[in-house]
Amino acid sequence: MTSYLADGAAGEPVLNVTIFVAIVAVTLFVVYRVSSRNTTTADYYAAGSAFSGLQNGVALSGDYLSAASFLGIAGAIAVQGYDGFLFSIGFLVAWLIPLLLIAERVRNTGRFTMGDVVAFRMRQRPVRAAAANATLVISAFYMLAQMAGAGTLVALLLDVHTSGGQALVIAVVGLIMIFYVLVGGMKGTTWVQIIKATLLLTCVIMMSVFILGKFGFSLSSLLERAVQGNTLGEQILDPGARYGKTGTTKLDFVSLALALVLGTGALPHVLMRFYTVPDAYQARRSVVSATWAMVLFYLSTLIIGYGASAIVGSREIVTAPGGENSAAPLLAYAIGGTVLLAVIAAIAFTTILAVVAGLTLTASASFAHDVYANVMKHGRPAPGTEVRVARLTALVVGGLSIIGGILALGQNVASLVALAFAVAASANLPTILYTLFWRRFNTTGTLYSMYGGLTICLVLIIFSPVFSGAPTSIIKGVDFHLFPLSNPGIVSIPLSFLLGVIGTLRGKDEPDPARSDELEVRSITGIRAS
Amino acid sequence: MATISSFTRAPETDHFGAPVPGGKHPLVDAEGNPDFAAIRSSQDFQRIRGRLIRFTVPLTVLFLFWYLTYVLLAAYAHGFMSHRITGKITVGLLLGLSQFLTTVVIMLVYLRFARRKVDPEVEALRARVEAGS
Repeated sequence: MTSYLADGAAGEPVLNVTIFVAIVAVTLFVVYRVSSRNTTTADYYAAGSAFSGLQNGVALSGDYLSAASFLGIAGAIAVQGYDGFLFSIGFLVAWLIPLLLIAERVRNTGRFTMGDVVAFRMRQRPVRAAAANATLVISAFYMLAQMAGAGTLVALLLDVHTSGGQALVIAVVGLIMIFYVLVGGMKGTTWVQIIKATLLLTCVIMMSVFILGKFGFSLSSLLERAVQGNTLGEQILDPGARYGKTGTTKLDFVSLALALVLGTGALPHVLMRFYTVPDAYQARRSVVSATWAMVLFYLSTLIIGYGASAIVGSREIVTAPGGENSAAPLLAYAIGGTVLLAVIAAIAFTTILAVVAGLTLTASASFAHDVYANVMKHGRPAPGTEVRVARLTALVVGGLSIIGGILALGQNVASLVALAFAVAASANLPTILYTLFWRRFNTTGTLYSMYGGLTICLVLIIFSPVFSGAPTSIIKGVDFHLFPLSNPGIVSIPLSFLLGVIGTLRGKDEPDPARSDELEVRSITGIRAS
Repeated sequence: MATISSFTRAPETDHFGAPVPGGKHPLVDAEGNPDFAAIRSSQDFQRIRGRLIRFTVPLTVLFLFWYLTYVLLAAYAHGFMSHRITGKITVGLLLGLSQFLTTVVIMLVYLRFARRKVDPEVEALRARVEAGS
């Protein structure tokens, strides 16, 4: 049973690579085929708004179910039990905010970026610049976590252990991703997400049905075996294994939960997906399809996580290369041999590829559309230049993500994903909600809330145990942490909402009443939406 | 949320100054473009808007309250969450799964509401604007 761990890698690296290359070849072919005419901004940023709600919903789930949530949550449940499950609940419940308040109104109001919505009735240049700043910071956090995850996966699945070898693999992954974005634009990237999400969902559902079947479709007996296979024993059925140690960790958990539930609807790459469908009705259907996909996915990860504890055993998982993250791959090996392991490995890899592609596209769109076209060229860029700038930005962002990924190798930066949610909930959510629902909200309020939320979040993160003063910190050997929580959400989100109010009351500027009327009417009715 | 414009705007009248039955007012300007101020102050729009706010805002508050209750229980009420109901099934597991259930239920309730109470009205309003009346 332990033979596959002896040489440090799981399964057959050659088979893993072969299946991965096969999936990549299929996606590259699809990207190439769908991208024959990809020259206008509407094509590049929003795939001509021609996807259906179902397609976009699957792609949304593809964007959202990153390698961190697949490998990370399954692993957390396998090793720590119930506390891992808490993550998945936050990730799922969060989708009600875009459903009830955001998705349809954003689709009706904007065209390409989050900046379109928040700058709609404000002074264009400062607000768009703020929106682009927030977008770039959030995307950077999210991306770094994905690329660092790629490094871990390489060690586990491809048996590449030298740092030079891992760096090479990350560079190759980055180059494929850049190809997706440059050649495929939003259309190609969306298809990559659809392919990947379908593969991922099919795989996890089949695995969980198989595991349940193995335990006679009794959740109770699966849990009983999971308890036996885990060094924590009965404790994995109860909350607290991860977050219950002290008052600080409990508060940290509440803070994280808040960031997850409020951050999802404000992630720039999620918001941008709503523009790939023709109207608000399809945007609503997108969220609904995505939510169904999440329900199936997170229920499956619960089974897979406890299944990994029952079948593989927590000790085995923790000592494998990749630690917790190896739970799902090891379980795949235990129940389906090298082939299933190779499939899971390849899907996890494709996941990183697809999520990073989505983030790169979002970042490049935000720079080209908000900063270049609207801030630098005052909304009147020369024809054709905007897409060129977007492609160039994608190239730069892609290059930076490769460098960032290589620098992050061996660092514990997986927690950065949760921080991306906190930044989104602080810098973006108050502004989006105030813009849509509070007529008096003005430019000063927008800038206070966006820059205030962003700054508070970043400062708290830098002085938190994520950066220094804990065994898992990014910077080791020095301790300058002043803020006890790893996730700043519980402080930064309420403050950012408050700053929006203070800025609005202090600001002398009035939002343009005609634009305010238009925003209100358009956001609800979709009249004049494009 | 009565706003200034709804007080200062002239009462809804037709081209001859006589009140239009049902309070209808032209929703497009002289060039036939949508007159957003007029649409905004129209009864139809105000009704749709009010209906949406009264439905989605309480529902959002409700689900956030229910989610945060669960989070606080998971963080601070370990004894309660660890109570075994049958076999290895705990209160915590069932409450967690119930979050899945309520998410789906809220989603379906909203879909039904939007399809029945909002979509047809929005459609009718849009048709009025497009017809230029």
